[in-house]
This record gives sequence, C-alpha cells and structure tokens, in this order.
Amino acid sequence: MKPAPLAYCDPTTVDEAVAVLADAGDEAKLLAGGQSLMPLLNLRIVRPSVLVDLNRIEQLSEIDARETGGIRIGATVRQRTLELDATMRERLPLLVEAVRLVAHVPIRTRGTVGGSVAHADPAAEIPAVTLVLGATMHVLGPTGPRTIPATEFYLGPFTTGVDPSDLLVAVEFPPQPPGAGWAFLEIARLHGAFALVGVAALIHAGADGTLEDARLALCGVGGTPVEIEGLDELVRGQRPSASLIEHVARRVRETIEPFTDTQAGAGYRREVAGVLTARALHLAASRAGLEVAA
Amino acid sequence: MTVTPVDARPVRMLVNGDEVEAQVESRRLLADFLREDLELCGTHLGCEHGVCGACTILLDGEPARSCLLLAVQCDGAEIQTVEGLGRDGVLAPLQEAFREHHALQCGFCTPGFLMTASYVLSTTPGVPEERELREALAGNLCRCTGYHNIVDAVQDAARRRQQTSPQKEG
Repeated sequence: MKPAPLAYCDPTTVDEAVAVLADAGDEAKLLAGGQSLMPLLNLRIVRPSVLVDLNRIEQLSEIDARETGGIRIGATVRQRTLELDATMRERLPLLVEAVRLVAHVPIRTRGTVGGSVAHADPAAEIPAVTLVLGATMHVLGPTGPRTIPATEFYLGPFTTGVDPSDLLVAVEFPPQPPGAGWAFLEIARLHGAFALVGVAALIHAGADGTLEDARLALCGVGGTPVEIEGLDELVRGQRPSASLIEHVARRVRETIEPFTDTQAGAGYRREVAGVLTARALHLAASRAGLEVAA
Repeated sequence: MTVTPVDARPVRMLVNGDEVEAQVESRRLLADFLREDLELCGTHLGCEHGVCGACTILLDGEPARSCLLLAVQCDGAEIQTVEGLGRDGVLAPLQEAFREHHALQCGFCTPGFLMTASYVLSTTPGVPEERELREALAGNLCRCTGYHNIVDAVQDAARRRQQTSPQKEG
C-alpha cells in the first residue's frame, strides 16, 4: 500500500522542528531514517497528517567524540556511519557489535541510532545497549532541553519518555570503562531479522583479575529492553568462572518474564536468554583478557 | 523562521546522470516516482515495507529501499537505478555475469540484487568471500535461484574486474 495523504516539511534547525510539533500536536510524526516509520505509513498503521523530516538538520547528524572519552551521537546519525567509524569501533565496540546485527546494509544506510531508540521496539538491539552502557537521552521539548537516563527512558512497547511534542536530539554514551570486556549476541530466525532474544553484556575487572562489575540487558524478552539488576553485587570480588557464569545465567532466567508470540514461545525465550547470557559472558571475559576457570 | 508543511512540492534530482524536475505529492514514494512519473520501471516493488529488497536503488552511492523513501526527501539527491547500469543497450559486466550464471529465473528480485551487488563491488577490493557476500546480499530475497548462482555471478564479476584492471587491486 501507499501512505495516506500527508503534509511534509523538512526544517533545517531543531527549533523549527519543535515549533512545527507544537502546532501540529499529536497529528505529527518525526521522520529520521524511516526504516520503521515508513513501513507503518505504507501499511497505514500510522496515519499522521504532518510529517517532520529531520534529515536536513545538520546538527542532528553529528558524532561528537568528547576528550573525556564519551560520545554524543546525533539523532539522525546513520547506523551504517557508526558501524564504519574508527572512533566508534575503538570507544564503543559493544554498540558497534549490536548495530551490525540491525537488519541489513541497505537498511542501516538510512536507519538511525536516534530512531531506533525513540521507536523503542522491544526486540531492537540498540536500546538494550543504551541500558548497559548507561546512556543519556537529550530531548528538546516546548519548554526547552532536558535529559533522560536510559534506565528511565523505556516505558513500554514503542513508548518512551519522548512526548509527542518532543524531539530526541542525541544519545550520549559515557566512555566504556578501560579494560572492559563486552559482547552482544542474539538469536534471530534469519540474519538481519529482529532478535528473538538478544543479550548485551559488559564486564570489567580490577588489576588483580577479580571482577568489579557486570552489566547485562536483554531485548526481545519483555515489553521494553530489560536490564538485569544487582549483578554488580553478585560478581564483585570474584574471579570469572564457569559456575559464576552459570549463576548469572540462572539469575537471568529467573528475572525475565518473556512472552509467547508467533516467532517463539516464552519458555524457549527464557532458555535462550540463559544460553546467550553464558556465551556473552564467556566472550566478554576473553575480550577483557580474563581466563574463565572451569 | 517558520516552516509550513505542504501536500506537494517541486523536486530536482539526478537520476542515472540525468537531471529531472517534477512536482510531487508529499506522500509519493521514491519507488513510485521512479516507476510511474519517470517511467523507469526497472525498479520493482515487492513487499512495499522494506523486507524484500526488490526496490533497492543507490541514493548518493549507497543502497537504500526506494519504498521507504519519499520522493520529496530526495530533493537534491543522486539516484541510480538498474537502468543506469548498462549503457546504450550493452549490459554491464555484473549483468552479463548474472545472465551467464543463471542468477535469475523470474527476474522480479534481480534489479534489487544488481543494485546491492554493484555497491558491494564498488566498496570491496578484490573478490568478496562467499560468507561476506551472502551477508551483504541477505537483505534481498529471491524465491527462484536458491542464491547459489547469484553468489557465483557476483564473485565472477569481481574476478573479471580483477583481470581487467589488476593494478587497482591491493
């Protein structure tokens, strides 16, 4: 099908975009890469009367690598740009690994980091990474700019702290801790399809080889990306071992409340979440240069 | 400055090297603009929601789904479609390779494969590994060939390119 009639504009500044939103209210939709929104328009699942194209706003397409190590990614930075960026690969390899699992190259040339975060598909990879890395969302609304931490951002399926009158301007990632190990693994029916289950893992150890922290977030197992809380207490001071990893995997299986849909049953998702968690932690440990005791 | 949303507006773009100008409805998909307004029917529309890859074109040199772009968004852009691959009735080497390797049967998906593959060839030096090539082509669906012949054709095109211009490799 084709999109229903709509009015289109392509502002060149964020202030113009927010002004259009203020006029149009709930009738407007923001268009970034369009790889989720355009299918919804074509299928007429979504019928906005006004479409605000963000792609002519130069400021939104900038990657700002801070001297402190953090990186602020403008809302319309393409997933493909990020994947090929040497600084991103060096500083945020976990994000790059996840992005490479998002659909296919001809989708990632258009798809954006901001769009994925704002769309908040529960099966999407990038939102899970924002949780693990402790990202901050920069939002501009009618009353001015504000920030929302990733932990408070995802409210439900396709629902976030970005209100209809708001624009997500950028996603800011703090530096990955030095010496950290990371992994993003997923199971999907086809390469490039949405994950049935995906796991983002980040661990880091002190100079003595004992763990200081472990963070895990999963996609595809609930209405939002799910962070597994309290792992820092579980692992702190311990050396990575097969039994510790199995302990964490069990915690994951017990914590999540997966759903059944046409793709997979809840029980299968729970099982896969545990298996992927263990694999991700083994990989993260090896990337951190840590040996996993049997 | 205020911005006013409009139902239609003029666009200019470079399509296969030709400058085109037209007034388009805001909701007009790039795919429909190419096929119906410019009568470039080589770009095929399968699923119309970004899954099948038949409508893949190159937008400023990068592959993209023309069913997930509005024509108004492409104002000022450079578009390449399958019609731009061959010249004066002569097939491009990649198209020749598709024919020789029987990389198409019904042909519906072929324009999308050719555009994705031409991007792969333009960005990969030498001959792409089978695994890497299969990943690169995974966003295009074919229901006839089983993909083997498509992979063979693209690798063969890359090999022949290497033989014609070996100094460019490395």
